[in-house]
Amino acid sequence: MENLVQEAIQNVNLHAVMPSLILTVAGMALLMVAVFSPRGKTTHIAWLSIASLVVAGVVTLAGWNDTQTGFAGSVQLDNFAAFFSMICIIAAGLAILMSDDYLKREEFPVGEYYPLILFTTAGAMWMVSGTDLITIFLGLEVLSVSLYILAGFFRDQQRCNEAGLKYFFLGAFSTGFLLYGMALLYGVTGTTKIYDIAAYVQANPDTTTNIMFVAAGLLMLTGFFFKIAAVPFHMWTPDVYQGAPTPITAFMSAGPKAAAIAALLRVTIICLAGIQDQLTTVFWVLAVLTMTVGNLIALCQKDLKRMLAYSAIAHAGYALVGLVAWNEIGLSGILFYMLVYTFMNMGAFAVLVLIGRRGEEQLTLEGFSGLGYKKPVLGVALCIFLFSLMGLPPTAGFTGKFYIFAGAINEGFIWLAVIGVLNSAVSLYYYLRIMVFMYFKEPQEDFSWVTINAATAVSIVISVAGVLYLGIVPAAVMQFAKMAGL
Amino acid sequence: MADNLLTIMTFFPVLGMIALLFIPRDNDAMLKSFALAVSLITFLISLPLAFDRVFTTSGGMHYREFYEWIHVGEFFQMNYNVGVDGISLWLVMLTTFIMPIAILSTWNAVKKNTKGFMAMLLLLQTGMLGAFISLDLFLFYIFWELMLIPMYFLIGIWGGANRIYAAVKFFIYTAVGSLLMLVGIIFVYYYAVQSGAPVNGFGVHEFYQLDLPYNAQFWLFLAFGFSFAIKVPMFPLHTWLPDAHTEAPTAGSVILAAVLLKMGTYGYVRFAMPLFPEALPTFIPYLAFLSVVGIIYGSLVAMMQEDVKKLVAYSSVAHLGFVMLGIFAMNMQGMAGGMIQMINHGVSTGALFLIVGFLYERRHTRMISEFGGLAGKMPIFATIFLIVTFSSIGLPGTNGFVGEFLALMGAFESDLRWFAVFATTGVILAAVYMLWVYQRIMFGKVTNPANEDIKDLSLREIVVMLPLLVFVFWIGIYPNTFFDKMNPALEQLIEQMNNRQVAVVEVVEPVVANVVDYK
Repeated sequence: MENLVQEAIQNVNLHAVMPSLILTVAGMALLMVAVFSPRGKTTHIAWLSIASLVVAGVVTLAGWNDTQTGFAGSVQLDNFAAFFSMICIIAAGLAILMSDDYLKREEFPVGEYYPLILFTTAGAMWMVSGTDLITIFLGLEVLSVSLYILAGFFRDQQRCNEAGLKYFFLGAFSTGFLLYGMALLYGVTGTTKIYDIAAYVQANPDTTTNIMFVAAGLLMLTGFFFKIAAVPFHMWTPDVYQGAPTPITAFMSAGPKAAAIAALLRVTIICLAGIQDQLTTVFWVLAVLTMTVGNLIALCQKDLKRMLAYSAIAHAGYALVGLVAWNEIGLSGILFYMLVYTFMNMGAFAVLVLIGRRGEEQLTLEGFSGLGYKKPVLGVALCIFLFSLMGLPPTAGFTGKFYIFAGAINEGFIWLAVIGVLNSAVSLYYYLRIMVFMYFKEPQEDFSWVTINAATAVSIVISVAGVLYLGIVPAAVMQFAKMAGL
Repeated sequence: MADNLLTIMTFFPVLGMIALLFIPRDNDAMLKSFALAVSLITFLISLPLAFDRVFTTSGGMHYREFYEWIHVGEFFQMNYNVGVDGISLWLVMLTTFIMPIAILSTWNAVKKNTKGFMAMLLLLQTGMLGAFISLDLFLFYIFWELMLIPMYFLIGIWGGANRIYAAVKFFIYTAVGSLLMLVGIIFVYYYAVQSGAPVNGFGVHEFYQLDLPYNAQFWLFLAFGFSFAIKVPMFPLHTWLPDAHTEAPTAGSVILAAVLLKMGTYGYVRFAMPLFPEALPTFIPYLAFLSVVGIIYGSLVAMMQEDVKKLVAYSSVAHLGFVMLGIFAMNMQGMAGGMIQMINHGVSTGALFLIVGFLYERRHTRMISEFGGLAGKMPIFATIFLIVTFSSIGLPGTNGFVGEFLALMGAFESDLRWFAVFATTGVILAAVYMLWVYQRIMFGKVTNPANEDIKDLSLREIVVMLPLLVFVFWIGIYPNTFFDKMNPALEQLIEQMNNRQVAVVEVVEPVVANVVDYK
């Protein structure tokens, strides 16, 4: 017993969890700050949160190329984890930047909001760096519980309550699948450590035909598919995305989703490599379904948040294409794409945050009529994000899609790539429609309520810079994504 | 300067665009003058190309520039790889030449949001020039798609009544084609890499040497050819064109006709045909058939139009049919005819759209029935219109004759003899619809009182038309200026394609099987 404790202490290695530790400590401290702050004053908490995110980001980057394993091999902060951690940090930072003014506009400036985002980010980091199924599960739960609260944060708004409750029920439901799969996997292999499972499967090749093992894999994947909103597990997404506070919607669609994809990747590539052939078919079908259903339903949406929710589903489908390829290019492509997606999607949402009014009832296509003339700078920024979401050069959306489709084509999945680009073609229509209203229709309103505050403007500028940088000179970051491949 | 001439020429307009954004938005005169100055300087920068004798002796690429751009280990590599040869030279010149004309033509036509209009025109120019000089398929694709964005806004914001429909249709048609081409581009690259062939990024010259199996060439030609055929546009993919042309503002129509459509034909000459020479014979009869259908159908539909702008738009479909037929003849006359016809179409149809624009600015209608008897009221306009009409018909002495004659002769001497016979009727039909519309608009008595005080062309409008008229006669009377520089490149291209077709006797199995298998 004493030996075990000693070994455990020796195995701790806080370096492996340092970034998430920083965020957790900062989050708890800020909760206390919030308690002692006067009611309605949250700006300083926002800035302190940003500061802690910056520190966590610097620590993460400092650990690049320096893999740290901790807690007896249940956490591994490698390049893969670092890359995804950075995505989550960027997403959280952008979300916080666009939140402060938004909370005041919605007349609900409550300090707990920011620590919750930090906790979500910390949970996401455990997910991406977890090499033990239990760690991944813990990370997922921390992330989810925080997000349940955030999604229903405006407790006096009905749509918000609906979003929170829906997300909670379906999230809890999906966690059941995940946990059941993990339990079965433990039953088959006798361990919850991912690399030990891989070694066990390697040593006992007949495991791959074991029905329990296959069932375990599929159940776990189902849990992850819920989180990344792959069709047919996407039903919760539109309602939750539409009802949640806009910055949280933006955050959810980028950070936590990237974390879920990271965990999905790690579990799939390492544990389930034995049933790759069968899984490829599963991913193939899901990728096509997710892209197609997402894009087709987005075509007939009039509410922009809802439209972007369906577009988020479609983009998860593009990411799955890289998983179908199951090669270095495709997998690094997913990493790069998630980063790109973070910038372009959060940028688009940041513009929505600015355009929205309290209650956000006018975030419809008609509500955007003539925006390009009344608010030219916002209009141009939104156009850049939309062109990027379409996947048009010279924006990051193009290089990101290129990276993923290159992986698929390199592996011979030409038809999948064709379906993918045809889906992009479908998506052109609804993204273009937003621009049609912005520029080709006469203004209905003068958008006098739109005040461009500094913090949100910064988040838009960062997003524009990211989209253009990753679109025009993406080589360096693509190289990082390559190094971060599993 | 000369080392980076192409880069400077290509990116100067976009730099001008960025500078333009700092001019106050209500200072219309300054915005227009500035954009005009930028386009004129771009033209001056490009001018040394036209006078360079090197193109007369060597058919290879000149003014090469090469920089590494996106290098991601063994994943993929793209380079900034540009150059011009005799084929792209005149298209580049056409682009830089037509731009100041287009900008000058909008002087009074564009009243709303001049800043955005000029910015879009300049961005468009960078896209067009970049596409013509790219020797890396990835780079080409970037510029190719970049052209869509400004054109979309030009049609959508400054277009006519039905502009939204036209803009979205234009965008989606062209994007669908090019997305499929993108899959093809990536496929070619990985095929080359996996088969161990030497590659230089997505450099097109290395891909020319690639031994693709027939099966792959078939599908790739389909993907590339589809994309370019939409842009040309070939029957039956042409339906976006009349809409886009009719709704676009005059400058947009001029550029669309003069340069953007040439992207499609140029794409065939530079990419689709030399990259996949073995698949080419399979497709040529079908493509030639569609070209001839385009010629006859386009002419017949043009004849029946009541809107003079739609008439010109459909005549484009017919004219581009001649270009395609000449190119698919795959011999020297046909190719040269097709190439010069591209320039001719740019000059003549560009001029026709300007003429329609003049009429529209005066009367705010384009219905042929609204006009009549204008010749007496507008003698200068009548003369210019007549010359352009003749050039569009292809009367000897004008540019149209040289191009159509050579293209048809080339087709007649090749396997496409019967296609050429039917295509020739297009020349007659062109005379019918052009002369008829000229007659209805210009001759007779003034029946519509609104035309009584119509004004003749202003000095600015004459200045806009004059350079085009010069080239109508220059190409018509002494086309050798252009052929001298074009021919070496065309000879090299034809030789290269013929060698490849002869060299490969049987279908070679792919070296790396998994790239061609469809999973």
